[in-house]
Amino acid sequence: MESKKIYSVVGLFDTADEIIHASEKVVEHGYKKFDIHTPFPVHGLNQAMKLKPSPMGYFALVFGLTGTAIALLTMAFMMTFDYPLNIGGKPLFPLPAFISVTFEVTVLLASIGTVLALLFVFFKMPHNSHPLHDSNYMKKCTTEMFGVCLEAEDEKFNEADARSFLENLAAKEIETIYIEKEEVPAIFSKPFIGFLVFTIVLVSGATYFVTNKLMFMQPFNWMMDQHRVDVQSISTFFPDSFSMREKVEGTVPRGFMPEDYKESPDSAGMYLQNPLEYNEKNIALGKRKFLTYCSPCHGNLAKGDSRLLDNFPKPPTLHSKKLREWSDGRIYHVITFGQGVMPTYAKQVTREERWAIIQYIRTLQKALNPAEEDFNGAK
Amino acid sequence: MEQNKFNYVKVELPSKFGKMGLALLLIGVVAAILAFVLEPARASFSSLLLFVYLMGLGMCSLFLVALEYLTDAVWSVAFRRISEFMTPLILIAPIFAIPVLFNMHDVFHWTHEEAVQSDKILQWKSPYLNFTFFLIRFLAVIGIMALFFYLIIRHSGKQDANPDQKYTRVNIKLAAILMPFFGISITLISIDWLMSLEPHWFSTIFGIYYFAGSLLSAFAVLTLFSVKLKEWKILPDFLGRDHFYNLGALMFAFVNFWAYIAFSQLLLIWYANVPEETYWFIAKFNGSWQYFSIGLILVQFIIPYAALVSQPSKSDFKRLKIMSVWIIFAHLYDLYWLVMTTFVTSGVVFGWIEIGFIVLGIGVVMMMFKFVYSKRNLIPVGDPKLNRCIDFHI
Repeated sequence: MESKKIYSVVGLFDTADEIIHASEKVVEHGYKKFDIHTPFPVHGLNQAMKLKPSPMGYFALVFGLTGTAIALLTMAFMMTFDYPLNIGGKPLFPLPAFISVTFEVTVLLASIGTVLALLFVFFKMPHNSHPLHDSNYMKKCTTEMFGVCLEAEDEKFNEADARSFLENLAAKEIETIYIEKEEVPAIFSKPFIGFLVFTIVLVSGATYFVTNKLMFMQPFNWMMDQHRVDVQSISTFFPDSFSMREKVEGTVPRGFMPEDYKESPDSAGMYLQNPLEYNEKNIALGKRKFLTYCSPCHGNLAKGDSRLLDNFPKPPTLHSKKLREWSDGRIYHVITFGQGVMPTYAKQVTREERWAIIQYIRTLQKALNPAEEDFNGAK
Repeated sequence: MEQNKFNYVKVELPSKFGKMGLALLLIGVVAAILAFVLEPARASFSSLLLFVYLMGLGMCSLFLVALEYLTDAVWSVAFRRISEFMTPLILIAPIFAIPVLFNMHDVFHWTHEEAVQSDKILQWKSPYLNFTFFLIRFLAVIGIMALFFYLIIRHSGKQDANPDQKYTRVNIKLAAILMPFFGISITLISIDWLMSLEPHWFSTIFGIYYFAGSLLSAFAVLTLFSVKLKEWKILPDFLGRDHFYNLGALMFAFVNFWAYIAFSQLLLIWYANVPEETYWFIAKFNGSWQYFSIGLILVQFIIPYAALVSQPSKSDFKRLKIMSVWIIFAHLYDLYWLVMTTFVTSGVVFGWIEIGFIVLGIGVVMMMFKFVYSKRNLIPVGDPKLNRCIDFHI
């Protein structure tokens, strides 16, 4: 094969001292493009090779500053211009609060950018092979020997000169490395592209299937579909197709017993009796309900002095003579049907609770206006 | 026992070093005495500033010596003596605290009985902030630090004549014991002498803030002396760029550490926005102090950061020399900012009194270095790690 291109001429040495000496000579001779391969890190090789400081720092700097700019500008755009928010009275451009995030984004972009630069700029991704791979030279360099590699790209390179130069340095083995063939990066090969297309179709198809189809499939429907008529759906049972029915005349549903004496409060006062026993439990229940529903207007002690005072029609005190003389049934009527501005509380307070509230009101009335006989035995 | 391959020959310091140190010391002493006669209050603040600077420098130099023993560091063995030469400041710095102790009323608000009686917060703090306990803490810190200074430095020195590993072993143990005492001591110094200047204010990160700055100054002083001694060809040749790179890198690291701590303190106080904490910062944005405060970010963080960020700059002798001088003064700037905002609330004040005390401080450090240098070896020739230090490469 005449067309084989030379990649480099390589020479192998036995010891680390020899390789440092050799690399000094290579530099002296004026070679610019050369490399040293050693099986372990050799101190002083950088100086002997006269390596310049790595340019990676500049990548880190540029990517880092990009991160700083992105973070600051994004936050400034969002928080200061696009949707200004006052957070805790801080300025609209709160720089100290931004610093932490800016720092994080800076570090993130600098590190990611450095790795990407390493891969794509220095390792020449997606190329993943190198003429030195699989060579006898590289096998020796990774196990026991130290190698110098004079690359053909160098201006001073000439195969014969390079060989004689290495011979003068007393290299143990000298070899010429050829570039086998122009490498097609693996990611441009047909199988890989086919694999990519396959993956794309598979992943997007699966995503579509899961989010749009699988989510709405019912593994079982025993509870969804039952033999009852749903609210506001058409009934096939009744001739008028209404699924919601009116009550049968003359019946009362459970728990919906209608209140008597709606229009006649006096009769209510006369005929209704408090069914509950006067005891601590009932009074405690009444107190709880009174403080929830009654006290906002009537006041905690039912004096008509609640916090609504002056902002609302003045609610009456429950300690007036009239109220004290009213029967339990009369008060029950007011709670149940309302009076004046006071609305009905039948919805919020059950019957039992209403009677309990009345017990509590009686307790309050006794406390503020005790009768003579209440002191019996307390003298 | 293996002999060290290095043959130490003592070289005298250049005579101009001693002359200059003596001149600065004398000028400083005269200026300080004059200042105490003319303006005792202002001189007390300057004296306090000098005490806090030198005490932090001395303690952090001892910390560096202990750190080397504790971490078994190799590269720094040949530099260790320079840090050791700075540690006598633990005994010298308190001299500058003595004038303050006689002038407590001018400096510390909490020493005023009538102010404490009409102030609920100061009453609550009085079990801690009272002169007796203050003095006890001061003496205890100096006593403990002096004890460790005496033991560690003596063992290190004995090893020169008798290269025995037992001294290193003992010093490693001492260094481990020192660490918690050091942490508490430097926190006490910072709370007592800096934070209690504003007795209503508190910041839990303040001890570390002072530690970060002081350690930075200790690194800077170490680097400056190393570079100067290298320039005068007093340091041996084996100390090359690889050794100096570590000094530069650590200095750079602690520039960042200081900035991190300082920013944490600012961010938390700014964000929480609690009046009893924020007023301290508000006072530091009074009048011309605001430019001084913003300048602090530039002086102690941005400029040293930019100057030391690249890899070659960390082992460039000229850059290291400039930046270590810069950082030494940046820490002074920082402490000045902490102390002087209490003395003059309206704006920056800087005159011959402040300069006099700075000159005095430089003179003290130079003369102390010269004195200790004449007594002891610059290289710990008996240290078992010296051979590895000589062979050190990055």
